[in-house]
Formats: sequence, structure tokens, C-alpha cells
Amino acid sequence: MIRVENVCKSFGLLEVLKGVSCYVAPREVVCVIGPSGSGKSTLLRCINQLETVQSGDVMINGMDITHPSIDINKIRQQVGMVFQLFNLFPHKTTLENITLAPTKILKISPAEAHQRAVTLLGKVGLLDKADVYPHKLSGGQKQRVAIARALAMQPKVMLFDEPTSALDPEMVGEVLEVMKDLAHEGMTMMVVTHEMGFAREVGHRVMFMDEGVIVEEGTPAHLFDNPQNPRTKAFLSKVL
Amino acid sequence: MTQLTSCIFGFNIVEKMMDIHGFEVVTNNFSSFMVGALVTLELTALAVAFGMILGLVFGLLRLAPNFKIGYHLSGLYIDFFRGTPLFVQILLLYFGVLPFFGDIGAFTSAVIACSLNSGAYIAEIVRAGIQAIDQGQMEAGRSLGMNQRQAMWYIILPQAYKVVIPPLINEFIAMLKDTSLVSIIGVSELTLRGKLVYASTYEPAWVWGTIAIIYFIMTKLLAMFGDYMERRLATE
Repeated sequence: MIRVENVCKSFGLLEVLKGVSCYVAPREVVCVIGPSGSGKSTLLRCINQLETVQSGDVMINGMDITHPSIDINKIRQQVGMVFQLFNLFPHKTTLENITLAPTKILKISPAEAHQRAVTLLGKVGLLDKADVYPHKLSGGQKQRVAIARALAMQPKVMLFDEPTSALDPEMVGEVLEVMKDLAHEGMTMMVVTHEMGFAREVGHRVMFMDEGVIVEEGTPAHLFDNPQNPRTKAFLSKVL
Repeated sequence: MTQLTSCIFGFNIVEKMMDIHGFEVVTNNFSSFMVGALVTLELTALAVAFGMILGLVFGLLRLAPNFKIGYHLSGLYIDFFRGTPLFVQILLLYFGVLPFFGDIGAFTSAVIACSLNSGAYIAEIVRAGIQAIDQGQMEAGRSLGMNQRQAMWYIILPQAYKVVIPPLINEFIAMLKDTSLVSIIGVSELTLRGKLVYASTYEPAWVWGTIAIIYFIMTKLLAMFGDYMERRLATE
């Protein structure tokens, strides 16, 4: 589904990704953990080209999306993204947030988009908030709307960029619950997270990143209970 | 009224004022001033309308560093019209540039000069307004598969317009006052009419006082409209 090969990315003199290679198989949930500034978010943003890479390849469904001839907008329609700070559109209601892209980009009928949005709002448990503007929602509700908005494009992969890091502790659960449901339905997911419980429970595979490289990866049981690399051990001893 | 003022002042103030020459000058020329005020309003409305179109185009170009020609052209345009006096621009355009394009007339020439000037300021207002919108909004739009133009149109501009209303009203008010400069090329707006009346009557305090009050009323109304818009947008 996703294959990243030897990707390098730097911001000015700061090397953020130093030749990262990884993959996400269809229906797989991959969690990326690691300290702040280790390049996790940048890796995720390179996968839908919100950041351009200096070298290396990003393949989605076998297509090299770093190639200039690729219509990146078409690719992004199949790759949903959820941001740490939600980035809901404040001038649109919850429902309009979800229907905007399907009607304008996929050109599906307003009635169909509305139906799709209602179904998704039901799924994330926010049907009663359909006509509310984002500023009236709590953080957890905003993030659930953001997930519904991404899902409305019927993506093949979902990228989550620290989806619970900006939330009050009591709201983390409701968002993780939605993500868990999504994983159980077989959605292909790549999740950058600090929620070790979620990574252990839901992730099929966990990658530990530090200083721009993937230091260690494996099943949650392997990585959390029996880490091999000293850096992984040091990190886990601090967060677990 | 007459009786009331007689009671208070001990004489009939209205009749007393009618004795004053200046007051008579103002009342006699009041309809002419009103026509002048209308010309001023018309000039302002046209300048601001075209200025907004120019401002939107050049403001957006200023934000497209990948489109090198547009970016630099826009920079040049803004620099020139912000960096030289409107008075000089009016003279340059009317006497120096537009004659090459045939007999365009003072009013049209004035509209063009004011629009170009206003457009430069509005371009900066537009640029600032768009840059005030959180970068995450653009990213959210792009991540849903929108191209740059679609994200700008559906997501950024609808939010930016709320940000730009206060500085835009400010610009309208400044432009309304600055249209007085076009009196130099003979556009018969409020200030020129004041000049003409003053020249034949020598009542500077009465004439310029009245002109000032008319300008003030127009700008005050604009400011009140701006306050109303801000309040309405705040509650939305």
C-alpha cells in the first residue's frame, strides 16, 4: 500500500529524515513512536507530500508519488489525514466540513454527500452536532469530526499525526475508540502517537524512530516487551 | 422654533444668522455642494470597487512566489503606488500618460488614478488577511485532495474576508478623503465646488467649514457601516 524508500528530508541545515525506509501493507495498522523531534510527523507528512522530499521514493499503490508527472491531488484524495490540531474549517458547520471536499472535489451530488456525512457522523457518535460550528465543539469532538471529514473521501489509507496530543486527558479515549473501530473494519492506517496503550493494543506493527531514522520495528509484543536496541529501551523506560 | 430661540437668547437667532453673509453663501450653494458630494461618493465607490479587484489579483500574486513574473510585477506595482503621492499619480496619469490613449476625460482619469492607488493598498490588506489564516487550514484542504486554487477559494478566502474588513473600511475612508485631490484636474467633486464658491465669495470659514462637515458626515457613515459589519461577522 505505502512503501517509503530511503527518504531524506531536511529543513535548511537540520536533517530531519536520514534515509528512512518503511512500508504499510493493506489493512495493516502501523504505529510510529519516538521522542519529539525524531522525524515521525515529518515522515507522515512526506507520505502525502505535504512536505516534499529531497531524495528517496514514496510509493502509494505502486506509484511513485514524488514523480513530477503524478497528480498529487488525485493521490491525496485516497490518503486521508488527521492533524494534531484538527484543522477543521471554522466557517463551516460540522456537516459542511464533511461534505465540502466530496461535493467540490469528487463532484458527488449534495444529497449523496449529505447521506455520507450523516452516516459518518453517526459512526463517530456526533449526529446531534451536525449543524454546529467547530468552535462550539470540545477537542475530542473536533477530532472525531476531522476523522469523519477525512473518511468522507473514502480513502484507502488513513494517516494520523498525533491525533490525541492536543486533547485534554479525558477526551483521548473517545478519539482512540473511533480509531480502534476503524482499525477493526480493516482500514489501512499509519498512526504517529504517544499513546503506547493504543499502539500496543491496536497496532499490528510498531516502529520506533529517533533522530531521523527508524531504530527498531516489530510487533507490539516484541517492541514493548523485548526491545533490542538500547535507544528503544531508554525511550520506553521513560514513557511506560 | 423662532419663539423658542427668542425666549432663550433674547433675540431671534435664526434671523440673526440670516444676516450673516457666509450663511447665505452656504445655503445658496448647498445644492451644488450636495451634487459635489455625490460625485465624491461616486468616485470613491468606483475607485474602491476597481481597487478591490486589483487588490485581490495583486495580493494573490504576492503570495505566489512560484509564479515569478506575477510575484515581481505585483511587488513593483505595490511599491510604486504606495511609494509616490496620490497627488502626483493623478497629475502624471491625467497629463502624462492618458493623453496617449485619446481624450479620456478628467473623471475617468481620476477613477483610474484612485483605483490604481487604492488597489496597491488593498493588495497588501489582502496579502496580510490571507497570511493571518492558520497554515493548517491550507494543509487540511490540500490533504483532502484540493488543489491550491480550490483550497484558496473554498477555505482560505471565506475566512480571510472577515479579517480584512476593518482595514478595508479604513482604506475606504482614506480614499473618500483623498478623492479631494482630483479637484486639481478639474473633476467637479466636493472640494472643487468649495474652491469655486470660496473664490467668488471670500467666506473661507463658512465654505470650508461646510465642506469639512459634509466630508465628516460621509466618513462617519462609512465608519458606522464598518462597525456594523464587524459586529455582524463577530456573532456569525
